[in-house]
Amino acid sequence: MTDSKYFTTTKKGEIFELKAELNSDKKEKKKEAVKKVIASMTVGKDVSALFPDVVNCMQTDNLELKKLVYLYLMNYAKSQPDMAIMAVNTFVKDCEDSNPLIRALAVRTMGCIRVDKITEYLCEPLRKCLKDEDPYVRKTAAVCVAKLHDINAQLVVANAVAAISEIMDASPNAASVLEMNSGTINKLLTALNECTEWGQVFILDSISNYTPKDEREAQSICERVTPRLAHANAAVVLSAVKVVMKLMEMLDTGGDYVTSLVKKLAPPLVTLLSAEPEIQYVALRNINLIVQKRSEILKNEMKVFFVKYNDPIYVKLEKLDIMIRLTSQSNIAQVLAELKEYATEVDVDFVRKSVRAIGRCAIKVEPAAERCVSTLLDLIQTKVNYVVQEAIVVIKDIFRKYPNKYESIIATLMLSDENTQVQLQLLTAIVKLFLKRPTDTQELVQQVLSLSTQDSDNPDLRDRGYIYWRLLSTDPAAAKEVVLAEKPLISEETDLIEPTLLDELICHISSLASVYHKPPNAFVEGRGGLRKVLPPKSEQAEGLVEELGAQEPTAAPPQPTVIPGADSLIGDLLDMDMGSGPSMMQQQMYPAQPAAPTPAGGSGGMDIFGEGLDNLLGGGSTGGDMLGGLGDIFGMPQTQSYVPPQEVWLPASKGKGLEITGTFARKNNQINMELTFTNKAMQPMSGFAVQFNKNSFGLMPAQVAIKNNIDVFYMSTHVPLHVLFMEDGEMDKKIFLATWKDIPSPNEVQYTINNVPHNADTVSSKLRNNNVFTIAKRNVEGQDMLYQSLKLTNGIWILAELKIQPSNPSFVLSLKARAVDVYEAVKQVYENILHN
Amino acid sequence: MIGGLFIYNHKGEVLISRVYRDDIGRNAVDAFRVNVIHARQQVRSPVTNIARTSFFHIKRSNIWLAAVTKQNVNAAMVFEFLHKMTDVMAAYFGKVTEENIKNNFVLIYEILDEILDFGYPQNTDTGILKTFITQQGVKSQTKEETSQITSQVTGQIGWRREGIKYRRNELFLDVLESVNLLMSPQGQVLSAHVAGRIVMKSYLSGMPECKFGINDKVLMESKGGKSGQDEGRGGASSTKTSIAIDDCQFHQCVKLSKFETEHSISFIPPDGEFELMRYRTTKDISLPFRIIPLVREVGRQKMEVKIVVKSNFKPSLLAQKVEVRIPTPLNTSGVQVICMKGKAKYKASENAIVWKIKRMGGMKECQLSAEIELLNTNDKRKWTRPPISMNFEVPFAPSGFKVRYLKVFEPKLNYSDHDVIKWVRYIGRSGLYETRC
Repeated sequence: MTDSKYFTTTKKGEIFELKAELNSDKKEKKKEAVKKVIASMTVGKDVSALFPDVVNCMQTDNLELKKLVYLYLMNYAKSQPDMAIMAVNTFVKDCEDSNPLIRALAVRTMGCIRVDKITEYLCEPLRKCLKDEDPYVRKTAAVCVAKLHDINAQLVVANAVAAISEIMDASPNAASVLEMNSGTINKLLTALNECTEWGQVFILDSISNYTPKDEREAQSICERVTPRLAHANAAVVLSAVKVVMKLMEMLDTGGDYVTSLVKKLAPPLVTLLSAEPEIQYVALRNINLIVQKRSEILKNEMKVFFVKYNDPIYVKLEKLDIMIRLTSQSNIAQVLAELKEYATEVDVDFVRKSVRAIGRCAIKVEPAAERCVSTLLDLIQTKVNYVVQEAIVVIKDIFRKYPNKYESIIATLMLSDENTQVQLQLLTAIVKLFLKRPTDTQELVQQVLSLSTQDSDNPDLRDRGYIYWRLLSTDPAAAKEVVLAEKPLISEETDLIEPTLLDELICHISSLASVYHKPPNAFVEGRGGLRKVLPPKSEQAEGLVEELGAQEPTAAPPQPTVIPGADSLIGDLLDMDMGSGPSMMQQQMYPAQPAAPTPAGGSGGMDIFGEGLDNLLGGGSTGGDMLGGLGDIFGMPQTQSYVPPQEVWLPASKGKGLEITGTFARKNNQINMELTFTNKAMQPMSGFAVQFNKNSFGLMPAQVAIKNNIDVFYMSTHVPLHVLFMEDGEMDKKIFLATWKDIPSPNEVQYTINNVPHNADTVSSKLRNNNVFTIAKRNVEGQDMLYQSLKLTNGIWILAELKIQPSNPSFVLSLKARAVDVYEAVKQVYENILHN
Repeated sequence: MIGGLFIYNHKGEVLISRVYRDDIGRNAVDAFRVNVIHARQQVRSPVTNIARTSFFHIKRSNIWLAAVTKQNVNAAMVFEFLHKMTDVMAAYFGKVTEENIKNNFVLIYEILDEILDFGYPQNTDTGILKTFITQQGVKSQTKEETSQITSQVTGQIGWRREGIKYRRNELFLDVLESVNLLMSPQGQVLSAHVAGRIVMKSYLSGMPECKFGINDKVLMESKGGKSGQDEGRGGASSTKTSIAIDDCQFHQCVKLSKFETEHSISFIPPDGEFELMRYRTTKDISLPFRIIPLVREVGRQKMEVKIVVKSNFKPSLLAQKVEVRIPTPLNTSGVQVICMKGKAKYKASENAIVWKIKRMGGMKECQLSAEIELLNTNDKRKWTRPPISMNFEVPFAPSGFKVRYLKVFEPKLNYSDHDVIKWVRYIGRSGLYETRC
């Protein structure tokens, strides 16, 4: 006898029949009937009418039947809350059953009945079960607390918190509810050795939410978590990776321990690639993030990401992505050979991506560009239309990266038999080429223009051909401006995840967010909670950098510029929801981002940022900031430092009516960006959002993105160097002397600053206001010599000597620093300040 | 956490539906059917987001298992759970098919109730589950028995019950390796690795502590100082035969913290069969076979293929179930094959020539040549030659992995390590063993 027959009953009057059977005296028949009810329920039929009859079957000593009834109850209690109360008695009784399995079952089921009225009755039995002598019951009860909290939050928290801490060891699930401290962390780490694989996942996930107080604690947590990397369960491994990746932020980057951690992380990540394809997929999405954050971890593991013939397509695409990220000069030959192989596969998406990847290799590894281009040309020969299309699109990018190098190959690209998209692209490319090298390509351009205007039957192509032709024949200068408009430089990594988002995603390793590459609030509703951030570098590590900074230009590697591609940055900006408090908080939480946008005046500027503004600026400074540039007119004390006049950063013509002017200033030990928004359009604007890119100063002035309800605008700004001068830039006299001697004389550069209307004292006080500190003053043969020091936010020290002759308005400025490239900017600052 | 779990047949009909959280409605069942199972285009990711609800799915032959959530769950955990879930089902009623699921739906609900509480995965160890989820119900058990069950489910050693007794204490170790290879037509190894598993069958009384020794370089070096004496006879030669394991993973019974600090593998095994360890090596793999392909296109309607298979292991050993699969173009009309050893056949339905050799000794060479006739087609696209793949089984571990010892200690019962009968077996199988042509 099999159970599948229950799925096939479709007779009429079924409900009545079932009703009769449910009320039957025979146990067997009852059980049969309940099974039928459950089967119907699964298929989606409404059997709620049988509620009272099914509940009647509840009081049975047959465990199987009991479970079935419970299953039914869970499903329908919500639609029949009054009836569900009838079941409470049995639950309470079952909670006191002698069999622990039944006690647990009762508590578990009761928690699943999502009816407010039942929860009142649930509390008492639950409290008992939390103290049950049997661990199994306690474990189940612990989860039940979470369920109850879900239904009715206030009711429980007080009682539950006490209970949870009591049973923490029995069930780790509850731990996430609690505030973490080093004590509980310690307990959790001990429990890690003793619980099931799933328990380990819960524990590791909750540990990852904890930020240790110092480097030592971080290291000791790491030490206790790393053994988990050898667990057979991929979820345990990935959660352990998450904890380690997060804590590594706090550790001294150059240290031996971090190096050994990096070594330890690679093998388990590689092993994940031999798991089931779905798990591989999750692993690969995460590896993609990890590689962007710390490329050193997997730099030698290129081979494992080679695509296998029968990998599922989603694994193939992800592997390809990672391959490109790991490409370097040392492995380019191998990678190119593989990519060429992939370009002949069947799946169109995969092939396109492979071809694109070849182009990316050319852009990333300059010495290999030549080989990549020839590979692409080979592929074009195959004449498979999508291969050709993709290859040509990619070649366009190569032109942008290496101008005036490979243009000669354009001639080999035949125009006539390509798809229109390609023809259009080619046409533009050839016109561009002509504008750059008019002499040797005149013939080509004429030929192509006549081809496209006369021989083509595609209207788009004809139109574009005519436009170019007319442009070129009437006003070549205008043509140049139109066709050769500046485009952002192509960088090595075109689809890097924007760094702040990347940091957030690192905190979500192994979770859905890491699979989607989106912050959780982009796909989770409601209680979004706080955005997670990587822990800041510990104090100790920072001190170290400072010391180094005095001797050397900072070691911080330059961040690759992120070209905001249509799918990365903009997508991210659009996801930002400026209306709500928490997302505004995001910016404040990044310690390395001192710039804060301040709307001053301007239409709608005030309500745009809403209540988030207060969070952003923090208490006291608000008033001063709001006045913005007006400050120096009234001579307010804190604005004595030099503030350059506002410049127009985004003209209204480019901003679709939105004009942005702005400047930078240093206030309250912070760099402030002051923006004035003017709405010159006829319509109101709303939903503003701002995003900055970062460099080693914590901001990348070249790239600011502003979003509003109309569009996303990019503007470039120029940050005057003086806002980066730190308040603690005053060097000790002895150190100053030693450093001055220590810096080799070729590093010393002299400038003359003319027409300074001040004497030595005003000069030094003026400079002081801008964090240029006068360390010593000397009078040599009637000349005043000022010795000054200043420090940039990224730790570079600059020493200066200012020679002032009483009757001569021209000062002589000598600069000495380890990093020579800042001189020009520093001199500019001196001029601005002294002339102001 | 997991908000709901659904099982569908290939038509998209629901076989099992269990909802754990309020935020998952009945419409989620349909959303998955419409957007994934019945999707016009094949779904390209195992995770699908439909209207802010995320669906994780795996497919076992014709059956779809889908987990649904609206939260930012641990994705790796969900997939691990779905795979465990299928393992548990398979352990209860064999193959996971529509028929079996329908026949056991009550049981499945019962299992789901136990292994997933409020969307949080619970103990999924089949051995333990079987002690209290039986198809008969547990009311019959005595009080002692039930309390024993519950303490096992939650206890520190959740995978083994107390009081196991055998008259004959015996254990079996299978070292199962799968060799993976990707070779270029010129014979250059593009990538090669061995994925090994150690499956143990233990029939031991009591709560035995086991210590497992292998010839891993790191483990042996750290041991060298301490236990140099009892390893004295092997001495210098033993270090030579050690291998470099890139990474290894252990069953949850292995004390990972001890492995980290003392480099020893110690554990209390579950009763019966389980996978003790998984490992991966990439260095110094002895590849059992090499394929030398020669493919020549003679005009547009003919292709000539010549394949040489060389075995590369001790002549005294014998490989079994050797099979070479040579893909043929889709427009193949006829194939003539000649081979000296084994049987070769063209299988039109699989678009391949399948060449089977029952047994093959070490250091031997076999050859096959074939002429493939092609139909004229107007499909301009070049045929993309899939790689030639191979299957085989050899009675050694291609990575060089060796079991050095497995010691059993059970202080409470009166049997010693010497009384335990131990069996070790090495099997090397082909994983993805491919040569491009």
